[in-house]
Amino acid sequence: MKIDDPLHHPDYFNVKDLFTLQDLFNAKVHLGHKLGVLNPHMKKYIFGVRQKMCILDLDQTMEHLQLALNVTAHIAYRKGIIMFVNRSLQFTHLVEKTAHECGEYAHTRYWQGGCFTNALLQYGPETKLPHLVILLNTQTNVFQEHTAVRDSAKMNIPTVGIVDSNCNPNLITYPVPGNDDTPVSMELYCKLFKEAIMRGKQARKEKDDIAKKLADEHKL
Amino acid sequence: MMGEDPENFTQADIDRAIRYLLPSGLFDKQARPIMKHPSEIFPPQKETQVDAEGRPFHYLFYTGKPNFFSLMHDAYAKLLEIQAIEDKMLAKGIYKPDIEPLFLKRSLWLSREDLVKMVIEDVTDHDYNRLIRLLERIIQQPYAKHIEEFVLQFRRDIMAAGSKEVIEPLKYDDNGIAFSEGTGKRKTAMATVTVRDRGTGKVFINGKGLLDYFKNIQDREQIMFPFQFVGKLGDFDMECTVEGGGSSGQAGAIRLATSYALRSFLPEEQIEQMRQAGLLTKDPRVVERQKPGQKGARKKFTWKKR
Repeated sequence: MKIDDPLHHPDYFNVKDLFTLQDLFNAKVHLGHKLGVLNPHMKKYIFGVRQKMCILDLDQTMEHLQLALNVTAHIAYRKGIIMFVNRSLQFTHLVEKTAHECGEYAHTRYWQGGCFTNALLQYGPETKLPHLVILLNTQTNVFQEHTAVRDSAKMNIPTVGIVDSNCNPNLITYPVPGNDDTPVSMELYCKLFKEAIMRGKQARKEKDDIAKKLADEHKL
Repeated sequence: MMGEDPENFTQADIDRAIRYLLPSGLFDKQARPIMKHPSEIFPPQKETQVDAEGRPFHYLFYTGKPNFFSLMHDAYAKLLEIQAIEDKMLAKGIYKPDIEPLFLKRSLWLSREDLVKMVIEDVTDHDYNRLIRLLERIIQQPYAKHIEEFVLQFRRDIMAAGSKEVIEPLKYDDNGIAFSEGTGKRKTAMATVTVRDRGTGKVFINGKGLLDYFKNIQDREQIMFPFQFVGKLGDFDMECTVEGGGSSGQAGAIRLATSYALRSFLPEEQIEQMRQAGLLTKDPRVVERQKPGQKGARKKFTWKKR
C-alpha cells in the first residue's frame, strides 16, 4: 500500500516500465519528415539527417514520453477529463476506439470554433472542459497547426502532443518528438496512453475502496 | 304536470327537468376535447449529457454531434469487420463469396431530415454526404450481407407494402372461354375492353370492325401494340366500347384498357416488361387551357414594337 503523496513521487505509476527504446525504434517513432519541411523549433529534437530525411533523437523522446505518460496517469488518478485529438483521417477510428476503451473522450472530427472558448454557450453551463488534451497529431489534414493547441493554451488546459519534425512544439506543455504518420507508431502511442490512464484509474479505484472500507469500519 | 309536485319543486328538480327537456351533448364523454400526447407535439430533445461531476456521458461529446459521429464510427467499424471476413476467406483460398450480395433494389438511402430525426442533432449536408459515401462503400463489399441489419436501418422503402396493385383473376363465360375486362382513358375518351382467350385476332369497336372504325393506320397500330408486344397477336379476340374524344384519343384509351385486361393472362415478368414499355401508364397529357392576355395556351398576341 503506497502511503506517500503520489505527487511527490517521481514515477508513482511506474510508466518507465511501459516501453523501452527498442520498442520505439521498432515502431518507427524516430522517422521524421523531409529536411525541407523541418520546423526550426524542432531542430533540438533531431538526431541527424540521412538522405534529406530527419531522424528524431529517441533518447529525448524517451524522456519526454515518460513525462507525458506520468502526467496522463496522474490526471487520470485524480479523475480528470482526458481528450484525445487527432485530425489524421487514417487514425480516426483507432483514436476514437482507444478513448472509448479507457473511458475518456476523443475529438477526431472537424473542430467547431468555439469548442473550448465558447463551451458555455455551445454545450450548456454544467459541462466541464477537459483537464488534459492529448494530441496524437498536432496538425490538421491540411498541414496547419490544430486549433486545439492554441485554444488549450488559452483555456489553461495542459496538452500532451506528439510532434513530428514538421510541427511546432512551442504551445504544447508536454511535447513528445515522434513520428505521427505510421500506423505502427500510432498504435504504440494509443496503447501507451491507454495503459497509463488505466493504471491511474486503477490506483484511484484501489484508494477509494480502501477509504470506503476504513469509513465503514469507523462507522461500526 | 308529469307527476311532479309544483309546491316542493327544488333546484335539484329544476336541474333534472332541464336535463330532460333540453338534453345537451356538451357534458357527454365523447364530446370532450382530445389532445395529443406531449411527445407528439414537442420535438424530441436529448436528455442530460453530463453527470453530477460534470463529466459527459458520451465519449464523443466534445465534437458537438456525439450521436452522428458515433454512427459514423460504428459504420466504419462494420466496414473493417467485413473486410476482415474477406481477408480470412481469401487466406483460406475462397475467392468467390459464399454469401449472396445485399438486395437493395426497392429502397433508397434515408433523407437528411430522416437522419436528423434519428440522431436529434443538426446534420449538415456535408456530414450527410460523408455518411452516405461511407455506406455506399460498405454495400459494395462482397460480404456486406453479414451486416444487413445495420445497413437496413439507413434504407427506406420506395413503395409502401400495402400499395401493391391487385390484378383481377380471369373470368370464364358460359362456353368455358376465359375473358378479362379493362377500362382506360386518354384525353377525353373512355374505353371499356373485353379480351377473350382462344381467339383469332378479331377486333370489334362499338359494334364495328377495326378497319371500319379507325381509318388511320396509326390508330390501328396503337390498338395492335399491346398484343404485338407480348407476342400474342392472333391469340385473343377483343371487343370494346369507346366514348368521347377524337380518333387518336379513343385509340389511346383502347390501348390502355387492353393492356390492363391483358394482365390477367400474363406472368409477372411480362407485366413488368409492359410497365417498363409504358403500356400500363395513363398518358397524363390533356389539352392545355388558354390564358388571359394570350390568344391560346402558348400563342401570344401580335407583339408590337411601339
